[in-house]
Amino acid sequence: MANHRKSCLSGKGVTKVFGLGLKKTVAVNHVDFDFLEGDFVSIVGESGSGKTTLAKMLLGLLPETEGEIFFQGSLRNIRGRENKKKYWKEIQAIFQDPFSSYNLFQKIDSVLLDCIRMRGGARLPYTNKIEMITEACSFVNLKFEELTNKYPFELSGGQMQRLMIARIFLLKPKILLADEPTSMIDACSRATILDMLMNLRNENGMTIIFITHDIGLAYYISDDVYIMEHGNIVEHGKAEDVILNPKDEYTKRLISDVPKIHEVWDLSTVG
Amino acid sequence: MKHLLQQILQSGKFLTGFIIFLFILLLMIFYPMINPGDPLQTISIGTFAPPGTYVSMYDALDTELNVFKLDNAALNRLDSVLKPEDRVEMIMWFESAGVKVDVTLNDTEALLAAWNEYYDSSIQPSGMTKAKRNYYKRLNDNITRMLATIPKVIAKISEESGELVEVRQIKSTDYINTNKVANVFNLPLGTDNFGRNVLKELASAIKTSLLIGLIAGSVATLIGLTLGLVAGFLGGLIDDFIMFITNIFTVIPSFVLLILISYSIGQEQRGAATVAVVIGLTSWIWTARAVRSQVISLRNRDHVNLSKLSGHSFFRIMVADILPYIASYVVMALILQISAAILAEAQLSMLGLGPKTTEVPTLGLMMKWSMLYSAHLNGYWWSYFPVILTIALISFSLNLMNTGLDQVFNPTLRD
Repeated sequence: MANHRKSCLSGKGVTKVFGLGLKKTVAVNHVDFDFLEGDFVSIVGESGSGKTTLAKMLLGLLPETEGEIFFQGSLRNIRGRENKKKYWKEIQAIFQDPFSSYNLFQKIDSVLLDCIRMRGGARLPYTNKIEMITEACSFVNLKFEELTNKYPFELSGGQMQRLMIARIFLLKPKILLADEPTSMIDACSRATILDMLMNLRNENGMTIIFITHDIGLAYYISDDVYIMEHGNIVEHGKAEDVILNPKDEYTKRLISDVPKIHEVWDLSTVG
Repeated sequence: MKHLLQQILQSGKFLTGFIIFLFILLLMIFYPMINPGDPLQTISIGTFAPPGTYVSMYDALDTELNVFKLDNAALNRLDSVLKPEDRVEMIMWFESAGVKVDVTLNDTEALLAAWNEYYDSSIQPSGMTKAKRNYYKRLNDNITRMLATIPKVIAKISEESGELVEVRQIKSTDYINTNKVANVFNLPLGTDNFGRNVLKELASAIKTSLLIGLIAGSVATLIGLTLGLVAGFLGGLIDDFIMFITNIFTVIPSFVLLILISYSIGQEQRGAATVAVVIGLTSWIWTARAVRSQVISLRNRDHVNLSKLSGHSFFRIMVADILPYIASYVVMALILQISAAILAEAQLSMLGLGPKTTEVPTLGLMMKWSMLYSAHLNGYWWSYFPVILTIALISFSLNLMNTGLDQVFNPTLRD
């Protein structure tokens, strides 16, 4: 991996504090990171370690309390709706729970049509739009004819999550932030979805920030790994380095907590 | 949508409430059609005519006669003339005269038979005053006259001599068919203190009161919804400011506010619509608070985030992504607001701060006038009881519908 590749998204001292005084909770504590263009980066941590808060800050859905986030080398500007819209053309997300990611009162067509509008295709003839949507659906092995005019709750969880990926396929952002996209889905669909994410990166050169609690999964797919504990990044580096030679205690614990086939599960590290 | 409607219609509570409400609505719509005209027209001279069918005596005299010989006619006649207190006095006489009879108050036939058999004006029971003895004489005369079948004479004043000229004799067996009388009408609920037809007024008052409820409920829901949505979704300083105002309104009892505002508007300006708007302006607080808390729980949902990421505007997210999720709640709040506004109007009117009294009837005004004319003390139940019942039924049916809807929308509440 060459170092000359440009930085895509980086942060310095990014902090998020919820509440005031005695109720103060530091969700993300002075975190530094640097995601390179075209990388598959995993952020690993247990529940409550601040992964999702960090993701929301990266997406610009939550304002950071402190610190700076740089987008493509320069300080990002997401003040005002126009700037935000511009930013969101470049960075998109897939959320953890497909069942709550959709507006239950709108047909799924509208979600996909929104993507085309977002990319400036609002004035395209309807047949063109349908073509684009059909192409996106076939990318994720879905048939648009079967889905059109349906409401989200008529779909299975796997279908919903694949439709989310179709959405990303239509939007073609520079960065995709996938916040535990496989945790609500059964194991078979999980492999398909990971495969599709990989395809997205390989075909479009997308940077994928993958948030997960499963360090085994992170090892399997990612280039870089960031380990988070209680709002701090305790270790980061190449996936092989971090996982095969963990330095931090927390990383070691995370690794030993992965259940392995043909081996007795080591539960001694469980606090 | 179809499924939801099915579920709502299967809810027993909703259906019961809906049917009651429908009956009230049908009364409101159809009674004025059957009996058109100004509901505030004074029809009777004198106050509080009791419910019943009214036959014009003047016209009845000129109507063709039919003769019936009915056994119980005389008895019925007496039955309607003998007042309960007279019957008690009759039994008292038996006791003081030392006559042993076994009669009950309501058995007119036995009572009369005993009276005819034993009463004698020459008997002077000990301890009975002369006045009392005269009373019994008069009573006996009355009874005898009622039982006697002497024809009555209808006479008119002669234009020439000014003397009474006999026109017709009416025997006790003469009957007329009410269908042939020119002026017969029915007052199911009598008339009120102004001599207005109560049922007609009630049908019109239901309309006005429901309208007041609807306007007040809409105003309150609209204000509450807007403030709640903005406060909940934007958060931060705007939220703090809106909540500050809402909290101030919460600690001032809204009814006090309502009285003060109604008073300062003045009698002349207070139409039904004005009162409705004032009620709406003082009752949005709880809707605002509830909507705000619902929106706060919704604004961090993934679908809202996704909508933001899709570049939707604040307004679009509000309308498309948040409003549908709280719509059921808002509809339920609206129903309760309507019910509360109808009650608030009644309360205000009772205090004399309701709508101007001369233009439209409202449920509250009907109660107010009944009370001012002491209908409740004199037993003129028809002028206030139907109104109370209507208010209770409207409120009950709306609340029942609300509970039914609540059970449909909140599966945890289903029994």
